[in-house]
Amino acid sequence: MARITAGIASSHVPAIGAALDNGKSGEPYWKPIFDGYAHAKEWIAKEKPDVCIVVYNDHASTFSLDIIPTFAIGCADEFGIADEGWGPRPIPKVKGHPELAWHIAQSAVQDEFDMTIVNRLDVDHGLTVPLSLMFGQPEEWPCPIIPVCVNVVVYPVPTGNRCYMLGKAIRTAVESFDKDLKIVIFGTGGMSHQLQGKRAGLINQEFDKHFLDNLTKDPIALTKIPHLEYLVESGSEGIEMVMWLIMRGALNDEIDETHRFYHVPASNCAVGHIILENRR
Amino acid sequence: MGISNPYDDIPGTFVFDVERARRGYHLNMFCMSLMKPENREEFKADQRATLDKWPMTEAQKQVILDRDWNGMLEQGGNIYFTAKIAATDGLSFQQIAAMMSGVPQPVYAKMMLDGGRPVEGNRSKSEWENNG
Repeated sequence: MARITAGIASSHVPAIGAALDNGKSGEPYWKPIFDGYAHAKEWIAKEKPDVCIVVYNDHASTFSLDIIPTFAIGCADEFGIADEGWGPRPIPKVKGHPELAWHIAQSAVQDEFDMTIVNRLDVDHGLTVPLSLMFGQPEEWPCPIIPVCVNVVVYPVPTGNRCYMLGKAIRTAVESFDKDLKIVIFGTGGMSHQLQGKRAGLINQEFDKHFLDNLTKDPIALTKIPHLEYLVESGSEGIEMVMWLIMRGALNDEIDETHRFYHVPASNCAVGHIILENRR
Repeated sequence: MGISNPYDDIPGTFVFDVERARRGYHLNMFCMSLMKPENREEFKADQRATLDKWPMTEAQKQVILDRDWNGMLEQGGNIYFTAKIAATDGLSFQQIAAMMSGVPQPVYAKMMLDGGRPVEGNRSKSEWENNG
């Protein structure tokens, strides 16, 4: 049986990817951020997942306003790297795990989550920046990746509770897959940030720290945060944090927080990163 | 206009709701076209002629020509789409964020280094009015 052993949450600030790609990771502005992921890089090299499920949002790269899936799953053999206007990031293509991805799609739909199945998908910074932070700059990514895309751009976006329940459906799906695979699930995006309007630059460290605490202490409380509260308290783009709840929902109720990193700023954002491990 | 949605009371913020997504469809799809290098070149060569190929309102075309970044959002643009115009102009996300917030980029960058814009005093329009 396949099993999920741990969850990773990570911001996916595009400028972090650009800093790494342009050899700036040692500069004073960026170094604290890369140092903050040093432990996680060691941890995942030891954990050696067979597959990573990465929950992220597309930023008008693959999905425009033509088709807006609330929840989508990438089922292809391979995913290209999106050109977000500055050329594609110079990183390896992302290899998928079609067998498990299709299985999750089937199981989730039967579990009443009507996932959109996507076979052509260029992944953008939402997925690739967390991969770079966790795996550095390898020739090939160390394991297959299953992208799960969430619409957090066009309202109405899914509620935190719906995301948490999707996490549970993903766990059910994984545990009914008939191969012995070790899986780590990533929830990406956030933390507090606002990229638009006169209020751009909003950061709320108190909100973020409370959110990080409650991932372990009281995730149910997090599932009840309404959209309005995210918008007011964590900035218009802080809503991305609902994606962390998919990761959290896919874990056991009882978990251990084994690492945490929080830093302001990276460009316009607060960077948050946490490792949550299922007790074994 | 009265407040029709609770989020309309958040100051300096354009929530990309169904109303804006509907009104901004063509504006945003024009932005999406800038993901192709040949379309970026065409736009740079003759902005007005390029915009006239799209069924946008005159007001939508004008905010793009004026690079009125907040105006684009008001006209139904979404920041991830309008950022493609910024990329075409060679501007970073932080540069347009500074423009939208109405301060020079170094001032904005320093605010971020100092911990960002605090939420205190920035939750509601009445707070902004009281603080002038």
